[in-house]
Amino acid sequence: MILEVREMRMQFGGLLAVDRLNLALKQGELVGLIGPNGAGKTTVFNVITGVYAPTRGTITLEGKDITGMRPDLITRMGIARTFQNIRLFSRMSVIENVLVSLHWRLRSGVFDAILQTRKYRDEEAEMRAKAMDLLARVNLDSVADLPAGSLPYGSQRRLEICRALATEPKVLLLDEPAAGMNPAESIELMKFIQKIRDEFGLTILLIEHQMRVVMGISERIVVLDHGVVIAEGTPREVSRNPRVIEAYLGVEQHA
Amino acid sequence: MQLSRYWKRDIVILLVAAFVVAWANGDLEGLLGIPGWQSYTVRIINMCAINTVLALSLNLVNGFTGQFSLGHAGFMALGAYTTALLTMSAAAKDRVFFMTPLVEPLRKLTLPFLPSLILAGLVAGVFSLVVGVPALRLRGDYLGIATLGFAEIIRLVIQNARSVTNGALGLKGIPPVVNLWWTLGAAVLCYLMLKNLISSSYGRAFKSIRENEIAAQAMGIDLFKHKLLAFFISSFWAGVGGGLLASLLTTIDPVQFKFPLTFQVLLMVVLGGMGSLSGSVISATIVTYLMEFLRVVEETHYLGSITIPGVPGLRMVIFSLTLVLVVVWYPKGLMGDRELSAEGLKQLLARFRKAIRLKGESSS
Repeated sequence: MILEVREMRMQFGGLLAVDRLNLALKQGELVGLIGPNGAGKTTVFNVITGVYAPTRGTITLEGKDITGMRPDLITRMGIARTFQNIRLFSRMSVIENVLVSLHWRLRSGVFDAILQTRKYRDEEAEMRAKAMDLLARVNLDSVADLPAGSLPYGSQRRLEICRALATEPKVLLLDEPAAGMNPAESIELMKFIQKIRDEFGLTILLIEHQMRVVMGISERIVVLDHGVVIAEGTPREVSRNPRVIEAYLGVEQHA
Repeated sequence: MQLSRYWKRDIVILLVAAFVVAWANGDLEGLLGIPGWQSYTVRIINMCAINTVLALSLNLVNGFTGQFSLGHAGFMALGAYTTALLTMSAAAKDRVFFMTPLVEPLRKLTLPFLPSLILAGLVAGVFSLVVGVPALRLRGDYLGIATLGFAEIIRLVIQNARSVTNGALGLKGIPPVVNLWWTLGAAVLCYLMLKNLISSSYGRAFKSIRENEIAAQAMGIDLFKHKLLAFFISSFWAGVGGGLLASLLTTIDPVQFKFPLTFQVLLMVVLGGMGSLSGSVISATIVTYLMEFLRVVEETHYLGSITIPGVPGLRMVIFSLTLVLVVVWYPKGLMGDRELSAEGLKQLLARFRKAIRLKGESSS
């Protein structure tokens, strides 16, 4: 198990957002986390990435306890994420967005940067080459110097994923990457996600609101409703599960 | 090849600065034939350079890192007092400290100007860490209020620690070491240092914090460390600026370092553009120059039999109005977050020519 969430509970005052969540991701797996609005999907992401410390339970990455660690340290341990509402550094250029993710590996100190020493310049050149390579792999190398905010929506989504990849994660958490896309675009994006999973040897946890989108690519789906897991299994199993259908469509009222 | 292009602009800046120094130090009086102009011009250029240092350094925190700090005056005060106490001779100190004697090691200690100035920066920098560790955990307006409070605390401590600072009486007879070489040198050094920093990976980390803190942290950026770093460098230069100011004015007292001083620097940063180094240089120069030029409006004028009384403080009214107008028409300041470059100037000229051509065509 590369990522394991055990008996996690997240409570905000009187609101129980997530309760008794158990989640285990195997190396190389692509798991979908689905559920209706307000089911607690993004809260799960925020707890795993350290934005919130869970009220109870533990999160381990490759056996190491990362519960309640600071988000930047968790990223350095190997968990990267994207955001549901795109959070690019919109006034910075596309390549700069990717370079920010490489900053934590920088060995040169501030004085090297200020004095533009040989050591720093070599590292900077190395970082730029790496960023360009990553951008080329997501087909964004031709717009590297444009402001990130000026990109079309679909490209911004791809850039967010590219930026997360630049931190060299083992586990990638994608929060509704297909939000706001039409079905054709969604399918294209899902193929892209599968491709990067294979190319970078990633383990992916994918939040999606629409069930249809993740059905095609996930090996396993976890369904969350009102903060608890109501079903888990292959896409086929999950889509036939009456509790899932009930959560999504509501229960029929008998007179 | 890339390096030479990188340094080309810097060399131009150095040449311009050296030219200004040579020009101002030269026989301006004879050149223009106006007695008394030389020292006045030199003084204005000195103030322009010092204000450039202050505006650039405040821009690092407020414009590039996006942390709304209002503590600049406090750090300037620390730098000014450090420089003053370290450069004044023992005799001068004895003359000033006639109410409460100065504490012992400081009384006899006199250092040359350069180490005093560097120490002034370091003292301000160290204090910025003391202030920053608690304050930088706050965000937005709260950080502004906290830093404003800390600056005022620094000032009040200076006002009351009479055996070190001479309290409200202030310090007089600070050696007037500062000349154009010092002030413009500091301005150029500060500009180059910040330019290199901003264009480096550290600068990108600062900007990412400004753009989106949550995303920056999710990309592995240690928010606290980088905010503190920006704050330290900013305060270091505020201290140096304060030290230069002390030596230029030769007399300082705690009242000078009240919060309007911070706002004056903030005005320059906002006018020039939050996140533009060249914007800060341009607006610091313009604002300083206008401050002097607008003295005219505060004087009494006689037009034949009509007497227009001068209104003290009218300059500030004009400045407030300017700020309002700039915010209305140029909400991002003169430069926004762009930098002045040869390429940009060319484009501007091209656009200008095109506009003239179009106008010519439409009228014919």
